[in-house]
Amino acid sequence: MSTDNTDTNQRILTYPEAVREATLQEMERDDGVIVMGIGVDDPKAIYGTTAGLQERFGEDRVFDTPLSEDGMTGMAIGAAQMGLRPIHVHIRMDFVLLAMNQLINVAAKNLYTFGGAAPVPIVVRSYIGRSWGQGPQHSQALHSMFMHVPGLRVVAPSNPYDAKGALIASIRDNNPVMFVEHRLLSDSTSHVPEEPYALPFGKARVQQQGSDITIIGISYMAVEAYRAAQYLKEVGVSAEVIDPVSLSPLDLETILASVAKTGRLLVVDNGWLTCGASAEILASVAENVESPVSLKRMGFAPVTCPTTPGLEQGFYPNAQTIAVMANQMVQGKSADWVPDEIGATEATEFRGPF
Amino acid sequence: MPDPEVIQDLYRSMLRIRGVEQRISDIYWDDKIKSPVHLSIGQEAVAAGVCQTLEPKDVVFGTYRGHHVYLAKGGDMNAMVAELYGKVTGCARGKGGSMHLIDLEHGVSGTSAVVGTTIANAVGAAYASKLKKMGIVIVVFFGDGAVDEGVYHESLNFAALKNLPIVFICENNGYAVHSPILSRRNSDNICEHARVYGVTAERIEGNDVIAINERVGKAVAAIRSGESGPHLLEIMTYRWMEHVGPGEDFNLGYRTPDERAPWTDSDQIDGLRGQIADDVVTRIDAEVLAEIDAAFEFAENSPFPEPEELYAHVYG
Repeated sequence: MSTDNTDTNQRILTYPEAVREATLQEMERDDGVIVMGIGVDDPKAIYGTTAGLQERFGEDRVFDTPLSEDGMTGMAIGAAQMGLRPIHVHIRMDFVLLAMNQLINVAAKNLYTFGGAAPVPIVVRSYIGRSWGQGPQHSQALHSMFMHVPGLRVVAPSNPYDAKGALIASIRDNNPVMFVEHRLLSDSTSHVPEEPYALPFGKARVQQQGSDITIIGISYMAVEAYRAAQYLKEVGVSAEVIDPVSLSPLDLETILASVAKTGRLLVVDNGWLTCGASAEILASVAENVESPVSLKRMGFAPVTCPTTPGLEQGFYPNAQTIAVMANQMVQGKSADWVPDEIGATEATEFRGPF
Repeated sequence: MPDPEVIQDLYRSMLRIRGVEQRISDIYWDDKIKSPVHLSIGQEAVAAGVCQTLEPKDVVFGTYRGHHVYLAKGGDMNAMVAELYGKVTGCARGKGGSMHLIDLEHGVSGTSAVVGTTIANAVGAAYASKLKKMGIVIVVFFGDGAVDEGVYHESLNFAALKNLPIVFICENNGYAVHSPILSRRNSDNICEHARVYGVTAERIEGNDVIAINERVGKAVAAIRSGESGPHLLEIMTYRWMEHVGPGEDFNLGYRTPDERAPWTDSDQIDGLRGQIADDVVTRIDAEVLAEIDAAFEFAENSPFPEPEELYAHVYG
């Protein structure tokens, strides 16, 4: 994946390595940063993202928690009020549902409720699962639910470079941040500068410039959208690909500038459509454009994620279905081109571990 | 027998709470306080007895029935009353109201309107205190209804696991809104349950402010010196007024005046008044009355937030 950093060493890291490095560097910089969550100190270390941190910083700053997501989220909030900066890690986003009272009623609201007196600087990291039988309760992508709530920030970086910069920004931020990771991105690589850097919230990444259509891909769908854009070159369609990175706040300015140029927008969410990030983006664009644009969206099928591979395949958009949709938006519905490749080899070849 | 100065402190503390809440009850029908109030009249001994044992730097967490905790810990009375009036001079700039009081300068963390919620937050504060060696003791107040919540159990477990400097104060007033405790659990065994988690627990009967003060004082001292981990005190008390609102609620039929009578007969404010010299009582009464008058005048005369405040404090 191309990034615009200027690191001449071109050091390559995986996504988990980038997340780990961001965490380690911030823990070195600020001794108020703590890492907590079920399994953060176990041998698998959350796909390696927390590996070695407990040895480095001690059991008081890096600790396993009881299986008490609600209580531990509340604990993180209270610790944050006293000056700590907790990073609470969940190996699946589905588990965050156990903590909704603390996240929505407390973390999101305390600053406002108390007239600015009580900021809640916490980071909640969680993984969206996919493939190899993750099934109904290990595959959910709930970023849209959190985008709905004022007071929360939501970021979903799709490559190691953005992951490091967005995590550092999240740790330093004085607001609660939902930091959304995707299991299938764990093997992705990009060059990542060694020195710490923070990405600004509300700044999208234009992954590829184009003139015929704007394709926005959220979280893992940024990868599939980029692939689709490469397929589309075969039929002469020039796609501009945007990864929002930051979902709340959303970089509407970059999106609107792109749509003004292309006149077409396809939003591909890594989630359900109804009341989702795709609905929000399309509505915001529709409200703000001068002349009519062609709008479409894709995402999870409106069903519970099935476990069996044959059905699971149909649940997700992929580079092929995205490319077909984009081509029809540009060339008309009668266009019957289908790219040879489906995309998502990391999805079809994924064999765990969970 | 406690120090006479402690008796006076406890008397003043309870009288301030009773006086402010009685005034709220009296003026509520004017509709100047346009939000729900959960009065703690009858439960003053708990907040006063507990908070007298704390240092200014110690931090308390409470609930939507939190006027007594806020005032007893030293929260600014003017800012509290202004908050109830929705004024910008309120402790939360009018955005929180009665259920969301805060005064961090005086160790009052923000209170919550969702039962059980601040218990976990208090445990987190205790974790930070221990990690950073702040020497701060955390006290969290909650009702007997909160022990039904999962977060209560998660919080006690973690506090015991990490041996945190925290006191759990269960104000057992016998009801979760209108539901008696034995309609919600198999037996009246809150302390027994807490001990299983590894939390030192004891019950204090009779809403006795002196007993509360002495026994919580011992727990706080043991925690502060590091000789003991978390404690839970189940303090038996009684809510004299309705669950929410300024009046009584015997018309609802879920409880009777006879049930309340022993608690009003043993009113802790009356009890302490008899132990203090008349001239001192007269002086304290006058000072408290003047303070309350001033607080309501301050609230009356304060401005409401400007319209732009609607959009302030969403992100920091």
